[in-house]
This record gives sequence, C-alpha cells and structure tokens, in this order.
Amino acid sequence: MSKLLVEAKAVVIPGEILAEGMDHLPGKGAFREGEKVIASRVGLVYVNGSIINIVPLSGRYIPKKDDTVIGYVRDMTYSSWFINIGYAYDASLSLKDASSSYIERGASLSDFYAVSDAILTRITNVTKDNNIDLTMVGPGLRKLRGGKIVEITPAKVPRLVGKQGSMISMIKDMTGCSVFAGQNGRIWIKGKTSEAERIATEAVNLVEEKAHIRGLTDYMKKFLEGKCKDLKVEKKVSNNEETKK
Amino acid sequence: MKYEKRYDGRKFEEMRPMSAEVGVVKNAVGSASFTIGKTIAIAAVYGPKDLFPKFLQNPKSGVLRCHYNMMAFSGAGDRVRPGTSRRSKEISMVMEKSLLPVLDLQDFPKSVVDVHVELIQTDAGTRCAAICAASLALADAGFEMKDLVCAISAGLIGDKVVLDLDKQEEDFEGGAVDIPMAIIPRTGEVTLLQLDGEISKEDLKKCVDFAIKGCDQILEVQKNALKAKYTEAKK
Repeated sequence: MSKLLVEAKAVVIPGEILAEGMDHLPGKGAFREGEKVIASRVGLVYVNGSIINIVPLSGRYIPKKDDTVIGYVRDMTYSSWFINIGYAYDASLSLKDASSSYIERGASLSDFYAVSDAILTRITNVTKDNNIDLTMVGPGLRKLRGGKIVEITPAKVPRLVGKQGSMISMIKDMTGCSVFAGQNGRIWIKGKTSEAERIATEAVNLVEEKAHIRGLTDYMKKFLEGKCKDLKVEKKVSNNEETKK
Repeated sequence: MKYEKRYDGRKFEEMRPMSAEVGVVKNAVGSASFTIGKTIAIAAVYGPKDLFPKFLQNPKSGVLRCHYNMMAFSGAGDRVRPGTSRRSKEISMVMEKSLLPVLDLQDFPKSVVDVHVELIQTDAGTRCAAICAASLALADAGFEMKDLVCAISAGLIGDKVVLDLDKQEEDFEGGAVDIPMAIIPRTGEVTLLQLDGEISKEDLKKCVDFAIKGCDQILEVQKNALKAKYTEAKK
C-alpha cells in the first residue's frame, strides 16, 4: 500500500521523501528511487490523483509557450534578432514574426529593433533543444519606449498580478502608471512623473518582498494610499484638463 | 602525545554550533551562508549562462564551476594573499566533484553555473563549510538536485578520533590527521574524502562513522534554513 509522507502544499527540499510505495508517481520536480518518490527541488507539494508535483518557489525563468515576456535585443543577423529573455539561452525573433507590416528586402533591421532595445514579446515555441521562438505580432506586443524595467523573482509574478489582475491594476490605478509584468519577472513601469514611477517601483519591490504574507492586497492598498496622497491631486488636475478639452 | 580533552571542551564526537541562512545575497539567483563555530562561508549562485571559451562547453549538460576564496582578513594569523592560489584551485575542484553527483544540469547544455564561495572568517573546516553553503545556495537557486550535500571533517588528534576539528586542533603538537568528507545524507554515499597524514584502517572507519552521524545534524540545519525562507513566508 502506498503512503504519502507529506501534506499538500508543504514546503519540501531536494532529497526529501514524498511517498513510499508504487501507487504514487513522480511528476515535475520529483523522481523515483526504488519504492520511494523523492523531491528534487525546493517547492510546494501538489498532489494530482496519484501524481506528485513540486511547484518551484525559486529559480530562474523557464520559458513556456504563450508566455508574454520582456526581452532585450542582444544581437541580430540578416534575418533575425537574438533576444535575452532572462533564460540561459537567447530566444530568436525571425523577420516574418517581427512586425505585422511588410519588411522590405534589404531594409535595415535596426530601424525596427536595435541592440539593447527592450521589447514586449510572446513565446510561440520552445523546443527540447532550447530553441525559443518569439513573435511581435499580437495585441500589445511592441517595442517599449521610456519608463523603466524592474526585475523580480519569476515565481512571484503571479502574486504581483493577483487574482484576475487585482494587485497590478490597483498599482496602476493608484499611481497612474502603466505597469506590465512579463512572465520572466521583468516589470515595465512608465508613469507621467518620475515620482509616480518611483512609488510604483517601490510597490512592485514590496510585493516581491512580502509575497508570502496573507492579505497582501489590503497591505498594499494601505501602503499605496499613504504614498499616493500627493499624486492623487495631480491625477485630478489632469482629469479636469481632459474634461476641459 | 595524548589528547585527553578537547581545547574548547567539546565531546570527541561533538560538532561546533552551526547555523545557516538562505537568500543572503539578493543579486544572486540563489545564495546561502553557513556557519560552523568560527568558520563562516557565504555562497552565491549565478547562471545558467553562456560558457566561454567555447571549447569548455559540454553539449550534453551544463558545467558547474566553483570558486573558493578566503578573504584577506579571514584568518587569525597572517593576511591571506588575495587571488587564486594552488590551494584555492584545488578546493574549487574538489567542491565541483563533491556537488556534481547530486546536481542535474542536463537541462542546460553548453551553459555554466557559477558558484562563488567566500570565506569571511576561518577556523578550519573551510572546504566543508563551503560545500554545505554551496549545496544550500544551489537548492535555493532552484536547480534539480537528488539531495543536499553535507560536509564535515573528522580526524585523529594524538590518539583520539574526533569530529569537526578546529584550527587549534589541526595544529596539535602531537600530530593531527584531518579528513574532510562530503556525504549525500540520504544514501550515505561519500562524494569527497581527502586524507592528510597517517591513520590506521580502524581509526579511518571510525572517522567515516563519525562524519556520517555528524551529517544528520548538518542536514537538519540545512533543511531548517531552506524551509524557514518559505514557511515564514506562508504565515
């Protein structure tokens, strides 16, 4: 008879025995050794039927298909760009996926994306051999102009976004900044004033630091209300201006 | 020469007090500090990233590269000359060999994972502390590992087999034998064993037994440090 030795959602470390017996199967982040199922990385235990998965709590970004990420142009060839997306290997953006408009033969590629540009892009394919394909064709995908990019642990991005985007839209609304969270942990922040950007950055870093506490949304709300007192006035003024126009 | 009682009053199979903390270097992908007695090691993991020069790349797996360094002010005696030495190169190499059996870098071919270990204060047992810290830092960085690695030295002082020698004991007038060992605690496999001096077969076996027992305590400290980072978070 198979026996599960850990509770669901418990934190486990590499080498920790998760279950004994053949009824349980090792999923992601676990392996079998004889009768035992053993964890191979730090993470939370999720049991799905007979499969035991470990959801990692730390580590670098692992690219997945359909992830929207923020990348830096690192290099280019005559027909493609190489983009650093925060993984061990560069992703490639080919000419045909680079723009929805037609790119003429012989056009200068740096007019589209030059080295060191930041782009918001989507992963279309990840192969076993670490070839990662990107596309710039899709809603919202573009070259990022202005603003700043903050890096947080990729595992904490879901916390920053919140349920149905609750956390990130709160930061957006209260600071008046545009905030975009790439799945690879890079967060793009652009505000009307540098003060607004500074507060939004502080808020993002605070979410990362306090990602584990319960009631984080309320905590963040208080934090932002305290910080955004002066900003709000500014927002109202700009609203009035808009109505005048 | 007889060694009746340990200088710091410990029992012969007793280790110095240990502590560990994970996530001490914020810039790193994973990091940890490991303290045993007066020896303090800080490990930081960077990567996986491109490996150059290209001939060093392994197309089947990632490469682990350790850097061991004692800080200039770390010892009790003379200033440690900064930079690479024969000794630090050797220790970097044995660290790699002791960690690789548990580490799986097959997902990252042609890349390198750098583990930097700095010893900010030393009182013997530095390579063991470095391995303990490095294995914690690698786990914190989220790499696939079969197990953590625990390392401790055992040895012979005068006529007594002891666990976890400090500097004063290593320099014992009557002669001391120091055997640093790295052990995979779950399986009891030994991934590092260096022997400096002369020892009988029986005493060596006793040393290995001591070290394997000591590793259980180290594992407990490592486990608590890793879990503390995240359980604290859950509250």
